[in-house]
Amino acid sequence: MAEATEPLLSLRGLTRRFGGLTAVDNIDLDLAKGGLVSIIGPNGAGKTTLFNLVTGLDRPDAGTVNFEGQDITGLSPERLAARGIARTFQLGRVFGNLSVMDNVLIGAHTRLRAVKPAVPVIGPLLELGLALLRPASVKAEEERLREEVEAILARFGERLLPRIDQPAYSLSYANRRRVEIARALALKPRLLLLDEPTAGMNPSETAEMQALVAELKAGGLTILLIEHKLEMVMRLSDRVIVMDEGQKIAEGPGEEVRGDPKVIEAYLGHGLPGGAEQESAA
Amino acid sequence: MSSWLDYTINGLIVGNVYALVAVGLALIFGVSRLINFAQGSIYLVGAYIGWVAVVQLHTPLPLTIIFVAAVAALVGLIIERFGLRPLQNSVRIAPLLATIGISFVLDQLVMLTFSPNPRALPSQLPDVRFQVGGGTIGPLDLLIAGVGISSALLLFVFLRYTKLGWAVRAASQDRDAAMQMGVDVNRVNQTVFGIAAALGGVSGLLVGMYYNQIDTAMSLQATLKGVVAEVVGGAGNVPGAVVGSLLLGLVESYGVAVFGTSYRNLFAFLLLVVVLVLRPNGLFASARQAPPEPLTGTFIAPSRPVRIPRWGLAVAVALFGILPLLPVSFYVLQTLINAWLLGMLALSLTLVAGTIGQVSLGHAALLAIGAYTSALLSLTLSVPVGLAIIAGGLMSAALGTLLISPSFRLRGHYVSIATLAIGEIVSLVILNWESVTRGPIGISGIPPLSLFGYDLISPASVYWFAFAVMVVLALLQARLLGSHLGRSFRAIRDDDIAARAYGISLNRYKSLAFIFGGFAAGVSGGIAAHLYSYINHETFNTQQSILALTVVILGGLGNVVGAIVGAVALVGLPEIFRIAAEYRILIYGIVLLLLVRFRPQGLLGTI
Repeated sequence: MAEATEPLLSLRGLTRRFGGLTAVDNIDLDLAKGGLVSIIGPNGAGKTTLFNLVTGLDRPDAGTVNFEGQDITGLSPERLAARGIARTFQLGRVFGNLSVMDNVLIGAHTRLRAVKPAVPVIGPLLELGLALLRPASVKAEEERLREEVEAILARFGERLLPRIDQPAYSLSYANRRRVEIARALALKPRLLLLDEPTAGMNPSETAEMQALVAELKAGGLTILLIEHKLEMVMRLSDRVIVMDEGQKIAEGPGEEVRGDPKVIEAYLGHGLPGGAEQESAA
Repeated sequence: MSSWLDYTINGLIVGNVYALVAVGLALIFGVSRLINFAQGSIYLVGAYIGWVAVVQLHTPLPLTIIFVAAVAALVGLIIERFGLRPLQNSVRIAPLLATIGISFVLDQLVMLTFSPNPRALPSQLPDVRFQVGGGTIGPLDLLIAGVGISSALLLFVFLRYTKLGWAVRAASQDRDAAMQMGVDVNRVNQTVFGIAAALGGVSGLLVGMYYNQIDTAMSLQATLKGVVAEVVGGAGNVPGAVVGSLLLGLVESYGVAVFGTSYRNLFAFLLLVVVLVLRPNGLFASARQAPPEPLTGTFIAPSRPVRIPRWGLAVAVALFGILPLLPVSFYVLQTLINAWLLGMLALSLTLVAGTIGQVSLGHAALLAIGAYTSALLSLTLSVPVGLAIIAGGLMSAALGTLLISPSFRLRGHYVSIATLAIGEIVSLVILNWESVTRGPIGISGIPPLSLFGYDLISPASVYWFAFAVMVVLALLQARLLGSHLGRSFRAIRDDDIAARAYGISLNRYKSLAFIFGGFAAGVSGGIAAHLYSYINHETFNTQQSILALTVVILGGLGNVVGAIVGAVALVGLPEIFRIAAEYRILIYGIVLLLLVRFRPQGLLGTI
């Protein structure tokens, strides 16, 4: 392996058990800055649990997570967000009653400075006061973020901009996924975790999403991707990791992994959750 | 030494009674993931049906028990069929609110039928005591123990060896899977409610006989005790509920032995808060169990709020502002002053329950803290009333937030239980901390409202004062909602997991919401204290908390204008229709039920 640069994210022996089930079993993973690694595997392989461990929503029973050279194992999701880790959720967790604009502004929460002075103890009270008084600096910050949100939404063409003031619950499934990605981008992430960004999308919407992810990668963003659509995985990934029953069963460049008999068995042996895509990709 | 045995026996007997309530709650929670706040009302119905049987029909004891169980079961079936089944596919907050509404309706019906005065419920057993070791035990104790143990055995046999019992267990483990396997979930729900109600009713009868007295205040106490026992044992865990009940009985009994009777409930609620904070899944759950509430889905109904144009609001404020100059009666002003005070409480609750999604059932405690602070400051330290009221608001903000903070890690229904318990704790501390609060005597002679040295005596001046304070609080809250805080609060309400993943700390923002909301409620309580000139530990009770919640739901959760419209409607409409005071709570209960069923987003919509 080329160890020229230290990886941005590095997992060692990461393990999570639920009762008798080992959902994530001794996983090692390295992700270089600017790289894109995909995690594939049948449903229930432990991919989303792995994401939860990296983003602090769940704590590992064993193993470590390193980010930018520091041990971040077991840190809270809030602190990890502040360090620049953003994620989207498999089931699409937008804030239903918030407008598209507000949903994406939440993504920029960790970047608020003027209204959230870093003062110990009385910081929260200052925040309350500043939110009510709204001095010019706070107004300017809010204005700047709103402009930024519009720029992010513009990346999705005419999908979201016309709906900017609509509540998220009224959006189509595909548009909710887009809002989630926009929200993640508003955090200005150093690491982006995408959990099945194209789930429930038709082929043209999938192609659009694939182009967007390619663009993000080209812009230097480091991405960890869970995806069932193999064609997209093959096109975008520097490396592919295959999980089954919590374990890493294969790792390498896409083409290599694809021909691995263990991988084929994992998919065939599990009633083909990704089989349809495999054929369409062929 | 002997008395300790007596306290132990007493604790176990009372624990047995709690177990009958708690087992029902646990069964219902297991199947429906619902904490049935109407359980205490069924217990109340059981006690009064028992009174009818014993005193008027002169039934023998076995028949009394069967009669009470049958009537209570019927009430349970009716609640399930007409109160809860229609809400199966609505938002998760709906069934919780419905059981609160049902409980108000049932309690009031009992009160209207039998009058609120206590009645004697004679025990139908001979009054003899047997010496056991160093203590004594009577036939009624043995009966209670017998009913408790035999119900537990019957329930065990039913759940383990009958087909319907299997269906109940299957549905409580995985409702969807059970449905797919052909389990009729409606029938399971009916069964569970029937059993729970029968147990609850019999429990009410036995308690009535035990204390020789029944009254309508039993209902809320029973619900609270049952919920405490159930949560201590682990929500939905039937054997856990039995152990939790016995533990609660013992803790209370020993607490009474050491500190006196007025501390009984304090121990119950402290036990609850400690368990909720340290082991929210109950004493017997493994430490790292999955959270009890599902992780996805919103707690609150999606809706599009009704937007009222600014000029419309300005006109409304101007009209209400000049009202005292018009030829209106003192009575109208008095009614509206009450509406403005309730409006301030509703503003506070709509922020906490609506905007950030923490459905508080103990909000009246914030009124009490504000009222006592303001009254005591102005009385004992001669602080000017205006400043004292502001101090009351600040104290409510600080103390209220501090008290509630252990429950910030809880979600959904657990928040409601914790706030209910904290509200009761505040009221009990006021009752028992005599050196400061003057205990049950209350505080009298509180100076009237005054501003810059001028007493506000005339109704018009009081009206203007209350109205102006409310409008200022409403404007501040509207400004808050328009800031990044409003956005962050609502994000926490809609999906707290996603909010955390984007850096929003739940502790920090829930604290800020309670600080802001606590201030408004404390100011309302402070004004009320100077207006009433007398307050005691019962001035601000759970009924007010529930009334405020009804106002908030009527107006639309999180909706500032809605909270005020709701307050005016709920205070004003009964006056307009000249509804007698004893029917009002009944009306509020029915309004709450109808809203939950037909317009969960309220009049003006959730924001």
